[in-house]
Amino acid sequence: MPKKIIRHATSVAACSTACLAVALAAAPSAARAADAEPIRIGIISEASAIVGVAIPNAAQLAADEINAAGGIDGRKIEIISYDDHNSAADAVRAFQRAVNQDHVVAVVASYISEVVLALEPWSARLKTPLLTPGAASDEITRHIHEDYEHNKYTFHEWLASSSIAQSICDASHDLFVTGYGMKTTVVMSEDAAWTKPLDDRFLKCLPEAGLQVLDHIRFSPDSTDFTPIFNQIEGKKPDVIITGISHVGVQPTVQWAAQQVPIPLGGNSSQSTTSTFWKDTNGAADGVVSFDGAAEGVATTPKTMPFTEAYVKRYGVTPAYTGYSSYDAIYIITEAIQRAKSTEADPLVTALEATDHVGTVGRMQFYGKDDVFTHGLKYGKGLITGLTIQWQDGKQVTVWPENLATGKLRFPPFVKVKQAAAN
Amino acid sequence: MLATQILVDGFAISALYALGAIGFTLMFGVSGVLNLSHGATMVVAAVTAWLVANKFGSYTGAAAGVVAGFVTAYVTYFMIVRPIQRSQAIPSEEKEIFVLTGTLLWGIMIQEAIAYFYTDNPKTVRPLIEGVVNINGVRTPSNEILIAAICWGAIGLLWLLVNKTRAGKALLAASINPRGLTLLGFELSNIYLLVWTIYGVLAGIAGVLLATFLGTSSSQTGQLTASAFSIVVLGGLGSVSGSLLAAYVVGYLETVTAYLITPEIRSMPALILLVLVVYVRPQGFLGRR
Repeated sequence: MPKKIIRHATSVAACSTACLAVALAAAPSAARAADAEPIRIGIISEASAIVGVAIPNAAQLAADEINAAGGIDGRKIEIISYDDHNSAADAVRAFQRAVNQDHVVAVVASYISEVVLALEPWSARLKTPLLTPGAASDEITRHIHEDYEHNKYTFHEWLASSSIAQSICDASHDLFVTGYGMKTTVVMSEDAAWTKPLDDRFLKCLPEAGLQVLDHIRFSPDSTDFTPIFNQIEGKKPDVIITGISHVGVQPTVQWAAQQVPIPLGGNSSQSTTSTFWKDTNGAADGVVSFDGAAEGVATTPKTMPFTEAYVKRYGVTPAYTGYSSYDAIYIITEAIQRAKSTEADPLVTALEATDHVGTVGRMQFYGKDDVFTHGLKYGKGLITGLTIQWQDGKQVTVWPENLATGKLRFPPFVKVKQAAAN
Repeated sequence: MLATQILVDGFAISALYALGAIGFTLMFGVSGVLNLSHGATMVVAAVTAWLVANKFGSYTGAAAGVVAGFVTAYVTYFMIVRPIQRSQAIPSEEKEIFVLTGTLLWGIMIQEAIAYFYTDNPKTVRPLIEGVVNINGVRTPSNEILIAAICWGAIGLLWLLVNKTRAGKALLAASINPRGLTLLGFELSNIYLLVWTIYGVLAGIAGVLLATFLGTSSSQTGQLTASAFSIVVLGGLGSVSGSLLAAYVVGYLETVTAYLITPEIRSMPALILLVLVVYVRPQGFLGRR
């Protein structure tokens, strides 16, 4: 908490000096801007998780840029962040406070599907737009599709689990099947809301991609000892393990390396998208392959690199996947307010639906009312496809898609892959 | 093959459980204190080891972690427990509750502080020795064997201390009849200090080993305290050999469940056993009271 207060205090101090200077310079429009009521955007996330804290950090960065460029028609954006301690109940209280007391015009919240699913009805009740930059469950958009009039205030500003699964299947086909001649896999996912649709899609699209699914293991997100799980998987002799993990990440990776499980890890490991993952695992991450939204040093769009650099400069770590999408979320809201010429909820929803924004992760558009994934991010070539990264010698190397790749797959010595097919 | 796997895996994890719980039970036996910041103490040791190991290597890191566990135990004793025990304002029959609440809150403070400064992402310490050994077809990380050896070494040293040295015998006597001991001219506060020292070192070692084996994070402090607590209740509050037995029962029950049924319900049978024991034999396996 103290750090946040200090940050707020310094930004207030910075603003009071800067604003005063501007006012003294007697620029009438700027003076009006300083007088005008700021537009407030609420951020709800878990401040002590790396993936969580990237949300307010990136949002603040975007708000500062927009404010430096004159704000929204002269009105400044003010970011108000709340720590939900990864609890749905805390998040709901924060949402109520944000709307009723702090009068925010929109809320950007959480990377945990369970939390977002708890906030969704409140976004409907309090008629306040809610964007999630990181949760993945398909349930979020299903609710909007089934009761549009009621739930239309929620926007799923991140790829749905089924899209992530599709991206992983597409990448697995190119990387594992074509590249290494792999034929079989075991799906290993944590038991959470976001992995249900993920696994459903995996079981369909992995065989289509050329990987026969030998087993499907779901385990408790509280697990700390993964030996029995790896043991069970090894017994099936798959060519690759496809993971669906986010709540866990460091521990299975470290144990995979310590036990020298000879099977490569692919799929989605959210924790591995953070730059501290190498240090947290003491390098056990070497060879881990994961889906990611955007990566350091990869110009997915012209905006990706400048954002990454600015973020690293300010916070000392690279943004987790949520950092990219939260930065984009603030721009999407800003553009919608400008289009709607209003901060009222209903015109804002209509304007958000018309979003066509080139952000840091790709070209962002939302599916419409009649699509099954109402208000979900559109997936596909020319829009957003996601990336596949691999940890190599302390660095995240992008290995897929080919046009953005910065390197090729390479596995640590204990992982046994058929090298022949690779060339 | 599967049987060997269960034997090997269960042995290491049980040894770790035993080491974690033994200081906890010893302290209760001797001074009547249930330290609910136990998990937090272990995590402090683990995170310190992680931090130091990043700069100065595994062994220095491990040593620093043990020292951190010891320091945390002392801070807990001098800042939280002793003021409550000595307070004139708290009626003596309420002191146990105050110690429970005090250490619980202290544990939460430590947990939040770690989460604030180092996030709640799990941390792992590089294994003290790398590589794997093949035991009857089971690929076992050498570090796991080392962990079991260190745990049993520490437990053996504790046994020697309690049974063969004068200070240790006084410790044992304090757990049986503290008043009798004061009548013989022993200073109880010295004995408390000794038990907190032993506790701190054991919790520190357990924390560091846990970090090299499974990894740990600030969000696990409650779980670690709870697991030590259930092992101690199962074995009989205050009974060191009871805790050892209980640690192995819980460790193997969990491992067998994870391998033969599913990892998803790993800890459930042990909890059911705990409920049964509390019903049928409330004093635990080897409890005296």
